[in-house]
Amino acid sequence: MPRILAIETSCDETAVAIVEDGKNIISNIVASQMEIHQRFGGVVPEVASRHHVENMTMVVEEAMSAAKMSYKDLDAIAVTEGPGLVGALLVGVNTAKGLAYAHDLPLLPVHHIGGHIHAAQLVAEVEYPTLALVVSGGHTSLIYMPKEGVYEGVGETRDDAVGEAYDKVARTIGLSYPGGPEIDRLAAKGEVTIDFPRAWLEDGSYDFSFSGLKSAVLNYIHNAKQRGEEVVPENVAASFQASVTDVLVERSRRAASEYDVKQFLVTGGVAANRELRSSMESEFPAEGNVELVIPPLSLCTDNAAMIGAAAQIAWKKGLRAGYDLNGEPGLLLG
Amino acid sequence: MILAMDTSTYVLGVALGDKEAVKAEWTTYEKKNHSLRLMPGIDHVMKSINVEPSDLSGIAVTTGPGSYTGVRIGVSTAKAMASALQIPIYDVSSLEALASNRRFGNGLVCSFIDARRGQVYAGVYEAREGDLQAVFQEKLWLLDDLLAELASRSLPVYFLSLDVDLHRDNIQQALGSKASFGGATDSRIKPAEILRIALDKPPVSNVHALVPRYLQLAEAEKNWRKVQGDHE
Ligand SMILES: [Zn+2]
Repeated sequence: MPRILAIETSCDETAVAIVEDGKNIISNIVASQMEIHQRFGGVVPEVASRHHVENMTMVVEEAMSAAKMSYKDLDAIAVTEGPGLVGALLVGVNTAKGLAYAHDLPLLPVHHIGGHIHAAQLVAEVEYPTLALVVSGGHTSLIYMPKEGVYEGVGETRDDAVGEAYDKVARTIGLSYPGGPEIDRLAAKGEVTIDFPRAWLEDGSYDFSFSGLKSAVLNYIHNAKQRGEEVVPENVAASFQASVTDVLVERSRRAASEYDVKQFLVTGGVAANRELRSSMESEFPAEGNVELVIPPLSLCTDNAAMIGAAAQIAWKKGLRAGYDLNGEPGLLLG
Repeated sequence: MILAMDTSTYVLGVALGDKEAVKAEWTTYEKKNHSLRLMPGIDHVMKSINVEPSDLSGIAVTTGPGSYTGVRIGVSTAKAMASALQIPIYDVSSLEALASNRRFGNGLVCSFIDARRGQVYAGVYEAREGDLQAVFQEKLWLLDDLLAELASRSLPVYFLSLDVDLHRDNIQQALGSKASFGGATDSRIKPAEILRIALDKPPVSNVHALVPRYLQLAEAEKNWRKVQGDHE
């Protein structure tokens, strides 16, 4: 029953959690920099790194005191090794090493996407084989897991991450950063009136591409303005979102049947999207033979509880990092 | 026992000691990633004199100015250790630590790092029998302004910097024979000096509040503030 203190700083959240046995959250603190980066219209790496250094130890101590624990109650320190912004990762990695060294605790390296996937453990018993769709501002990945701790990439975005496409489209229709929640809100009030493209790619592909869709939205708005036609942002949002959701759901449906999985996990910040959730729920209904697991929003966006959950697997495998652990911005899963 | 560390330049330094003496000191000049080597280096120095983390009574760290990434590695490590061990942390300027190499000289000591576009981030001190008094607070200067200021004073100036070769000609032109320069072994921070400075000052009152000394605002922040200013 290891109790693991986990640290996540791969992007703009400074997060620390204490997780027991890979599934019980004892404490889970996230210091978000969202408001700071909002003014820049996106995450600025140097600014993010600076705020991580400022907040890091305070967030660690908050997580410890919320858990009413001291270091002797802990069995390991886990940290996101990558992928992510290198300067941001380095703050978490070096903090984790400092804590581990101070109390002679094992150091567990965790892959950020692995963290997103294993967030599911915090809300459900994960049954293998399983598939996970990880969708956020930084990732769009479909990953197959024949058993615990084994990851096979099935599909990956070839250009923008889905959250990135949301942000860019949001900007063109005058919405603020981050674009996901804004477009979702607007889409709920609109109708699908525009036939934006779906990038199906070659036959049988599980990859994604959102840059063509993004340009199509841009062109549509540009052309409408040139012709003096009214652009209804609600309808643009709804039509864009329908195109995104169609592709995500089609890939998910096909992969779930080809890989014959017991569960389908949807996670990452974009998993908060209402349209995506409801489409996934009708694709994988409760009475069907593939169980759909979507963690609550607070565990889908970047957090450290998910890193603590994934660290349990490193713990069981006997995987330990040395004091030379580095931040790895392009780390591969598996 | 105090643990001192410096990652503000490519030179990596770690020292252990107390009021009585420096017990161990280690530096490397490899241009390699500090994140790979700082904690193994600390472990090496600690083990070499049989010190356990629980024996530590304080952590001293250079908070820059210097390489942003380098400084963040040192500050993150130091804050984590101080927080986890509940011991005080000491904030040491990398310019003051560097200038200390010349504290037994006479006259002015100017330690600096290059900050591009004709700028340097510099500290100016007067050395008197082992003591350094700040003449100017460390800050970002246009090198020409700094040299004009130094030229107007009667004291000789000793320059210490890993970047000294970038500006040697300018300095010599402005100050002539009043300027002299530290050699390779004097132009890097000695971790034992970080210890000495830390032992001479109170610790930071709040470990969490310790932040790196950046040369400048982040570019995005600068631009954003400019836009805000324009709108006022
Ligand atoms: Zn993420």
